[in-house]
Amino acid sequence: MNEVLRIIDPGACSTVQDLGRRGHAHLGVPVSGAMDEYGHSIANWLVGNAACQATLEMTINGAAMEVLSPCSIALTGADMGLTINGAAKVQWHSHQVQTGDSIRIGTARTGCRGYLALAGGVASPMVLGSRSTYLGGRFGGHAGRMLKAGDILSCNGMDQADVQKTRSLLWSPVYADSITLRAIAGPQDDWFCQDSNHFFQSRFTLSPQSDRMGCRLEGPGIKKDADAPENLLSIPIAAGNVQIPPDGQPIVLFREQTIGGYPCIATVLSCDLWRLAQARPGASICFQRVSLETGQHLARTWQGVLTTVRCMLATQTQPIQPPKPTAYNDASTSRECSQ
Amino acid sequence: MSCASNTTCLPVGQKTQAYPLVRISGDRCLLATYGYTVDAAVNEKVRRIALLLYQEHNQGIEEVVPSYSTLAIFYDPDQVSVQELTLLLDQCEQKLTKIQSDEARIITIPVCYGGSFGPDMEDVARHSRLDTSEVIHRHSSSIYRIYAIGFAPGFCYLGGLDKGLHIPRLKTPRTFVAAGSVGIAGSQTGIYPQNSPGGWRIIGRTPLTLFDTSRAEPCLYRAGDSIRFLPVDRATFQAMLHGQGE
Repeated sequence: MNEVLRIIDPGACSTVQDLGRRGHAHLGVPVSGAMDEYGHSIANWLVGNAACQATLEMTINGAAMEVLSPCSIALTGADMGLTINGAAKVQWHSHQVQTGDSIRIGTARTGCRGYLALAGGVASPMVLGSRSTYLGGRFGGHAGRMLKAGDILSCNGMDQADVQKTRSLLWSPVYADSITLRAIAGPQDDWFCQDSNHFFQSRFTLSPQSDRMGCRLEGPGIKKDADAPENLLSIPIAAGNVQIPPDGQPIVLFREQTIGGYPCIATVLSCDLWRLAQARPGASICFQRVSLETGQHLARTWQGVLTTVRCMLATQTQPIQPPKPTAYNDASTSRECSQ
Repeated sequence: MSCASNTTCLPVGQKTQAYPLVRISGDRCLLATYGYTVDAAVNEKVRRIALLLYQEHNQGIEEVVPSYSTLAIFYDPDQVSVQELTLLLDQCEQKLTKIQSDEARIITIPVCYGGSFGPDMEDVARHSRLDTSEVIHRHSSSIYRIYAIGFAPGFCYLGGLDKGLHIPRLKTPRTFVAAGSVGIAGSQTGIYPQNSPGGWRIIGRTPLTLFDTSRAEPCLYRAGDSIRFLPVDRATFQAMLHGQGE
């Protein structure tokens, strides 16, 4: 393990995250982990890591860092602008950095969260099987908190030949200001029989009050049926649950809560959560109803695309072209597809 | 208006009630509900089915999370379908009578009541028209079932508070409540596992660390266990606080 980066300026909310902490929800320990698993995974693959390695998640404002030992880095996610010693560098691409180099990551122009991967992975200690920061519980990641100036990030050792490989993608996702999230009705859709169509036909605005726990939406109030139960005994939460509190303004729950007491009208597909994670306050959001079968099919197809990208990056000899859009039939996902 | 609901009723066994009610919670999770009230028997069924699912290492099940009357199964849809899981839940319920599951435990939590550890003790006594010794006696005489753990790591939702001790939350929550604080909110009593803000009426504090990620078993209890509070004096509290790590 060697010291790789010293934080000069941490940015707004920068935390160490991996794919999350599983198997402890029954003790009240939420999953945590990268909000945008897609950006996180590709950043890792670009530097030769497995997707489960920890990266640095930065929200809106990126970090400034000094390099303490040679490493390969890659920045994905929000378009934050990456410079090394003042020279602009492309994202979704690996770069070699040397001792003394200055890395600066700016403010997101599109998207909301950037992911910086280091070859070998950020070597924060494992807590309950994960390196993810759980801010609410003040454990995991870097001392259970957001990074601050002076913090030093270390990396696990890596095969040098692998570190020096340059890998890149020739496309990146478009983070639009208006997104449609595909969602399966339920678990408490039967509390909203009257207003269900209203929910799926409405546009909502992402509130600035959103955080890693949940994305708060503002829009037409969604009412539960007159004959729906008064209260819900707290139930276990799944990432993507769209809660309807008494004020009718939906909250899409992410990965920092294990049980909740508000009814959920719908649940966003696991393969669409990264798009919400990249939505900025003020973004326009609507929901498209899909069946369980369709939802599971779409999620499986998306996993297939990711597997293809992973295999291509592992054996890369030239920059990777976008996968065939037929594999993932959503025009908003990649720049090439939308043109 | 028609309602395209994902909720399906599945009758189980010989009972007339259509439980569990299986609900879809996204593409990787289902919920099975066994009742709609805070009921020890229902909660015990949820606990034991969750335990069975957990112990049997069923293909494709990633995590099982129990709460009051509902359990969640997080699963990999490439390995197991909702139909298979519903059948599995049915089988588990039938096995419940035959299989010995490990008994729920009663965990004793020492509490130093009142004084600086229980800043709201006087208010609780006044509100319930009891003297503080009677509040302590009633609070420590019940056995409280842990219906669910959530909100924060190790935070337990307890049932069984003496009706005479019910009291509304503070109008203005405190910005700081010390870890181990024992409080009352409405008809509930509970313990804060970590330092946090909070609006419960605080009547005492336990020296035990309820949740610690460095322990092999991070939490002192599981949902379905019960808790009993044991009044201790300040000297015992201090001794236990210092003796804990040994």
